[in-house]
Formats: sequence, structure tokens, C-alpha cells
Amino acid sequence: MTAPAFQTAADKAIPQIPAALALGLRLAPSLPAEHLLTHLARRILAKHSGLLSRLGPYRHCRFALSASDVPLSFCLDLSQNPLAITVHASPPEADARITGKLAALIGLVHGVWDGDALFFSRDLTVEGDTSAALALRNAIDDAELDLGAEVAALTGPLAGPTARLISLAETLTGVPFTRSGAVR
Amino acid sequence: MMELVCPAGTPASLRAAVDAGAHSIYCGFADDTNARNFPGLNFSREELASGIAYAKSKGAKVLVAINTFPTAGNEDLWHRAVADAEKAGAHAVILADLGLIAHAAERHPGLRRHLSVQAAAANPDIINFYAETFDVKRVVLPRVLSVQEIAAINREIDVETEVFVFGGLCVMAEGRCSLSSFITGRSPNMNGVCSPASHVTYAEEDQELAAKLGGYTIHRAAKGTPAPYPTLCKGCFKVGSRTGYVFEDPASLDASELLPALSTAGVTALKIEGRQRSRAYVAQVVRNFRAAVEALEQGRPVPAGMLAQLTEGQSATAGAYNKIWR
Repeated sequence: MTAPAFQTAADKAIPQIPAALALGLRLAPSLPAEHLLTHLARRILAKHSGLLSRLGPYRHCRFALSASDVPLSFCLDLSQNPLAITVHASPPEADARITGKLAALIGLVHGVWDGDALFFSRDLTVEGDTSAALALRNAIDDAELDLGAEVAALTGPLAGPTARLISLAETLTGVPFTRSGAVR
Repeated sequence: MMELVCPAGTPASLRAAVDAGAHSIYCGFADDTNARNFPGLNFSREELASGIAYAKSKGAKVLVAINTFPTAGNEDLWHRAVADAEKAGAHAVILADLGLIAHAAERHPGLRRHLSVQAAAANPDIINFYAETFDVKRVVLPRVLSVQEIAAINREIDVETEVFVFGGLCVMAEGRCSLSSFITGRSPNMNGVCSPASHVTYAEEDQELAAKLGGYTIHRAAKGTPAPYPTLCKGCFKVGSRTGYVFEDPASLDASELLPALSTAGVTALKIEGRQRSRAYVAQVVRNFRAAVEALEQGRPVPAGMLAQLTEGQSATAGAYNKIWR
């Protein structure tokens, strides 16, 4: 009798952002996107105060998150108070830069994939201050965030339909936009 | 059933381990007192107390690793860690330093003491010394012993043994290795960090990924090959005309297929390495190993295959457990 094999991380391959969606993201006006992302990040930080304390000496760093399959880069600037997020066509100056598919970056937040495993397999690359990148990864992993739920909550009375829309996007693209999508 | 001792670098990982079926979870404080003192990791006093309450509510135990070596004049940091672990309700403390073990035995006699792998206790004489002198209840064995040697040790001691079965593999004499200190000035023994991330950089050079530690290139990975973490012991070096891993290949430990043999050898607890890994990793590995120890308990075959994608170098070894060079 052959025993069933252990589950592996490869059970969940990292999806590529569909070309049409990538194009849409690239063409989206950056100013409203930056405003929305900054508002979202400030709201998350207010709800998860442990994030900053876990970042410790790296709480004032600039982090660049580059989505290689869009391609777009986001700069999470904690040196500003309150923090700001900016969107860039090419990677901005930062203390640490993490690059990977957009789904990998979002999946890390939602606990779908292990950061070290993605790094070993070279699905993620880290440049700059490795310590700062590690601190950010660990702080976000501990916070158990749900980006989809946070975005839906931003829309107030439209939270229900927005959540359903996000769920549909998750099904169509395979990108884990929510924590529940992470365990689907 | 053999006890599954699982890692937690954050409160979220602790809850993930408990929910995935860990019998025990080991963790440490966010300071120099534990051997995984990485940025963004570990527990405050309040987080430890909450984590212990969560674990207890689900029938799991929490072990607190205070397993670095106190520096002269700064013993108070380590003494407070032991006192605070007891106050938070820890099931046991995992200690390495002889003086700290003596302190814990004298000042906290009701707090169960485990001997850390960092103490490198690898023979019956030294294990019996710790047991008889300091009433140590369990010894975490170094990853340098074969299954036969573990069985032989267990026949001559009266304390529980715990062995590593999955995760990062350190083949050096743990607690004695100075390779990290040599190149960075910081070590797992004194600072809780081997090859600290603050000294690690990656650079694309000649279409290869150069992994550097303290400014020295330790490894170059060609495109499409797994990326290494630059520890000196797993570095790739030129020696004469040959290029290769002088000390150790960058492979992780996977002893899942040896669980029946380890059980027969008298091992009490199985330890999973990885306090620096994510809650996704912890949940996945713990779930699989819980299924394995349950299968073993019920006389079913232990599930084969592995969690290769999760391992360093994306390859695994049974390490010294199967060693054939003696």
C-alpha cells in the first residue's frame, strides 16, 4: 500500500496577472491610485499598531514592492508621517526592494506562500537592506491582514457588492486578493 | 504518540501551529536571549502570555527558548527571561548555558527545564550530568547523531530526548560554531543570529545571483537554480581546481521517513525547525507531520514524499541520522 504524499507548496502555483488586467493597472491614473493605496495603508496601520512595533528599527524605512508581471512598483514610504504610497513605472529608490509576481506579493500578505520558499525558488528577489525586508515580511505575516476585506470596507454601503466583485476577480485570475481566497 | 514540537516566530505562527495540530510550540523573546533573534520576529511578554493562553485553551504547551549564552555582567537579561517565562505560564524553558541552567534550577525549581541543542550534549555522560545535577527533564540532541547512536544514548539515560526532523540543518557542533562570528562578529551563541540578515546582500553579477555575507561572496547561483542564504558552512568555494560545497550542501533536513526508526530508538519528541519561517510554512509542515505521527501511532504507513518546495536549496537530506561513513 502506498501512503498518500505530503502536500507541497507547489500545490498552489503562482498565477500570472492576465495581460488585460496588467495593461489596465499600468494605464490607471497614478494619482487616484496613490491616494487610495495611501488611505488603505494608513487605515490598516491604525488597526494593526503591532505592525510598526514589530518593524522596530526599520519603522522609518522606504520599501519598494515591484510587481514583475504588471510591471509596476509601489513605494511604501514610512519615513513620512503619516506614511504614503506612491506608484512608479520603474523601481524607485528605497532601503529595500522586494520583486515578484503581483500574486506572490499579495499571497505573502495573506499567508498563501512562505516568503523563504519563494525566495529559494527565486520567485521573489530581495535587494538593498535584507534585514529591513525580513522585518517587513515578518511584521506583515504576523498581522494576518485581509486586503480584500479592507478594500471592500473602504466602499462603505457598497462593501457587500465590492466584496463579491473581489471574490469574482479572485476566481477569474487565481490571485488571492483576500485571506479567505488564500485557503480556498 | 510522539510529541510534535513546532516553531513560532510570531503570535500568528503560534496560533497557526496550534490549529495545525502541534502538541508543543517553542518560541522566544525579542532580544538576545534566544537563538532566533531575527528582525521582526519573536514575542513581547504580553504576546507570550496571550500565546500561552491560546495554546492551553487548545490543549497545547508552550516551551520558551532562552538558549543563547549570557554575557558577563549582563546576566540579568537572561535571568529576567526565565522568570518572565515562568510567570507567563510556560510549560518549560529551553536552556543552553550551564550557569543559566544552574540559576533556573535554584531560583525556579518548579519550572521544567529542557536542554537546548545549543548545549551540544551528544553522549550519555554529559546528559546524565545535566539530569542529575540540574534535574533537566529533556535533551534536544544535536543533529550529528545516527539513529543507532540515539538508540544507544537512550538506553543509558533517564531523561526524554527530542530530535530535529525537518527544516534548516546545522551540522556544526551547535553552540560551539564560530563561523558566523568569524565573518560578521555576531553568532547564534551570543547574539541569537547565524549569518545575520544585516550582513547579507544579494547582487546580480554576470547574470548570476551573488549572495554575500559581510561583503564576501559566499555563493553564486546561475539563472533558474535555487537561491541560497549565504551561511559560511553552506558556501560554495574554489579549492584548488575544484569548486563546490566544502563543508555542507545547502540542503534541509527531512527525517519524515525515519519516524518509525526514531520511535523505536526511544525518542520522545520530534522538533520542526523554522521560527524564522512564515505562518504558511508552519501550518503546512505541522499539518503534514501531525498526520505522519498519527499514522505511525495507528500502525499505518508514514506518508511519503516531502515538502521540498519549502526547503533551503529545495533539496532535503536525512542528515546524520542515516550516516554511513562510520
